[in-house]
Amino acid sequence: MPAATPVVEMRDVTVTFPGVRALDGVDFRMFPGEVHSLMGENGAGKSTLVKALTGALRPDSGSIAVDGRPLEQASPRKSQALGVSTVYQDTNLLPTLSVTENIMLGRESRWGPFIDRSATQARARALLKELALDIDPAAELGELPFALQQLVAVARAIGIDAKVLVLDEPTASLDGDEVADLFRVIRHLKRRGTAILFVSHFLDQVYEIADRLTVLRDGALVGEYRTDDILRIELVHKMIGPQYAAIEDVAPVDFSQQFAGDSGPVVEAVGLGRRGRVAPFDFVAREGEVVGIAGLLGSGRTEVARLLSAVDRPDTGRLRVSGAGRRVRTPRTALRHRIVYASENRQNEGIIESFSVRDNILIALQADRGWYRPISRRRQEELATSYIQALNIRPADPDAVVRDLSGGNQQKVLLARWLAIAPRLLILDEPTRGIDIGTKAEVQRLVNDLAANGMAVVFISAELDEVLRLSTRIVVMRDREMMADIANDGASSGKVLTMIAGGGAP
Amino acid sequence: MKNLLAARLTWPVVALAALLLLNFVLQPNFFSIRVQDGHLYGSLIDIVRNGAPTVLVALGMTLVIATRGLDLSVGSIVAIAGAVACSILASSGSEANVPVVIVAVAAALAAALVLGAWNGFLVAVVGIPPIVATLILMTAGRGLALLITQGQIVTVSSAAYRVIGAGFALGLPVSILIAAVIYAAAALLTRKTALGMLIDAVGVNPIASRIAGVPVKGINWSVYAFSGLCAGVAGLMISSNVTAADSNSAGLWIELDAILAVVIGGTPVGGGRFSLSGTLVGAFIIQTLTATAYTAGIAPGVMLVLKAIVVAAVCVMQAPRVRSRAQRRVPSRPRAGVRS
Repeated sequence: MPAATPVVEMRDVTVTFPGVRALDGVDFRMFPGEVHSLMGENGAGKSTLVKALTGALRPDSGSIAVDGRPLEQASPRKSQALGVSTVYQDTNLLPTLSVTENIMLGRESRWGPFIDRSATQARARALLKELALDIDPAAELGELPFALQQLVAVARAIGIDAKVLVLDEPTASLDGDEVADLFRVIRHLKRRGTAILFVSHFLDQVYEIADRLTVLRDGALVGEYRTDDILRIELVHKMIGPQYAAIEDVAPVDFSQQFAGDSGPVVEAVGLGRRGRVAPFDFVAREGEVVGIAGLLGSGRTEVARLLSAVDRPDTGRLRVSGAGRRVRTPRTALRHRIVYASENRQNEGIIESFSVRDNILIALQADRGWYRPISRRRQEELATSYIQALNIRPADPDAVVRDLSGGNQQKVLLARWLAIAPRLLILDEPTRGIDIGTKAEVQRLVNDLAANGMAVVFISAELDEVLRLSTRIVVMRDREMMADIANDGASSGKVLTMIAGGGAP
Repeated sequence: MKNLLAARLTWPVVALAALLLLNFVLQPNFFSIRVQDGHLYGSLIDIVRNGAPTVLVALGMTLVIATRGLDLSVGSIVAIAGAVACSILASSGSEANVPVVIVAVAAALAAALVLGAWNGFLVAVVGIPPIVATLILMTAGRGLALLITQGQIVTVSSAAYRVIGAGFALGLPVSILIAAVIYAAAALLTRKTALGMLIDAVGVNPIASRIAGVPVKGINWSVYAFSGLCAGVAGLMISSNVTAADSNSAGLWIELDAILAVVIGGTPVGGGRFSLSGTLVGAFIIQTLTATAYTAGIAPGVMLVLKAIVVAAVCVMQAPRVRSRAQRRVPSRPRAGVRS
């Protein structure tokens, strides 16, 4: 079915950001009339590859060609001129203008210096008809449901005579019927010969619509496969990867210590859920237990953590905290009960970037004490110095600005912040992402020690290896639902992987 | 030298010194201060005294801007505070009576505090963007003041009330003393407790602050209430100095002077790391400019242009890019890209 020559050819593309190689010599191709899906976990380089293709960023090296013509001195405009059209997750449309205006903006039919409204509208209507979309071109866009707005965005994208259509997480906020509508349009475009890049983390949808897959991991190409030729479980393996299997050699962790006391519950969730984010779930965190949450990106693992720590408000269910008289509704009250959420998003939800290491460590403790009870200067120095030593933070300077630290050291500063308030439940969301292997082992060791001393820990990681290694219990998330809550008996790797992938054989 | 160029207070202080020097050239007795009846008089004293309301309003504005906010309503609160105090005095029939003056002042300050808290409510609880939330009171506030004074300019003749804006104590104008005490109290409260750190944190990263347990809403609410209170005191000073409440012109455009003072002082408009000393210098720069224009006989229109030039110059000098150039350092490295 695919034509012999690819419409998109990227060769040996490398993109670096300060300190990271976001794409490392990646080859990528797309054929006309095919839906191609880009797969990978957080930090795999999906977005970077899409941005290189759409001209939003320029690679350091390598070549990109669309329809045989090279994309040089890339810019979004040049990429578009070569026939690459993009629909972003949050559709970049103008809600107060009409559907016609949104589709035709910038290429209206003209009559001298004036816009020929009726001709423009007729072209928009023809375009909508071609996609078999029943949308009134005169309607105001903002009045339409979100799913239709997204289809209008698709209509706008293909109106620019697109050879390649990039759909970045197009189904993230659509329900089942709306997804079906979108897929109908995608199949229609396929028949027209358009190549479609479908970026999504919903495996079911990928297997339904994609003809071909490219898997990335840590900025490198893992491989290109025909969807029919690869089992879900193989795909998940390739996405997650066994890349850190060697960590035991680098830094062994002594797992023989276990919490000896009574495992009383710290937090109990009953039917806790939030519409569109995660389906209602039950959950208990007990003292001395490490509960690992496994699942792919977008499976709802972060949402569970945010509900457990009252960072997000639930629509349904209750969160019961042992020792809490009243309901816990804000992160501030959660912290008062020593429930800590360490966000996966260190930059935006973790560090206070222009603050010193000392102030970053002390902020939660200080906030808990109240502004009128400042921590004395001497005590500040003592605390900061002891955590810097205990966690081996580099540079070992409490006055260093945290923005200038490496990702691993920023992570340690944040761990120090949370440990300083002596948590009873510590929820770590991807604490080892983007940090070097040595630091990673240090974090793992720390988690193990904390639990051995009676702390309840919830540990979220995209790396199954790590979850299996650390957890006493494992919770599996898939498609925003909690699928299982099982004891980690050491032999559950295959079982967990199957549950993460779901759907059995394709 | 490098550190001096990089420090954010350096350029504002240089600008202020240059302005004062210019005044000295224009008017050789500019720096002379004479004692008359045990009171200090002189151009410098006048500048500080006339600047006292702006200094106070800018103080409140600094904390608001430090939380990524903005308070456009301060001018209206100035007018309302004056209107409340003068109306109570005028209708009391015994305005020379000190307890009556105390009641009038307390009522005016309470009104200012309530209005500030209203702004804080709109921003912190309802979630309206600060510029819009405070615009409501900016426009409606003068109408409110006119309602209180029934559309009149209310004049008062209370000697006790006059002390606030025009009296002397310890040889200095009372308004300077009031402003100094409030300013010092605010500086102590923010830097000797953890309040300053928490306000900074909210301005730098409100989301991370919330997750770290910082009472973001409470802080947002409080800074607007405090800004209202500062504007209230400024309103008392202004109406006391002219012994009248003029709802149309009292505190007109004072929000702009205050915002300029904060910006010149080096508090980032994007929030965080506020500088109270910087704001003080900024307010004096603006006040000195105004005074210079009067002594040099510059037309008010030209004066505005002058003001704009000075402000632009200081802001350019403070731009991070210019400052890092001045240090001859490599320009700050680009932000690490986010990949996913």
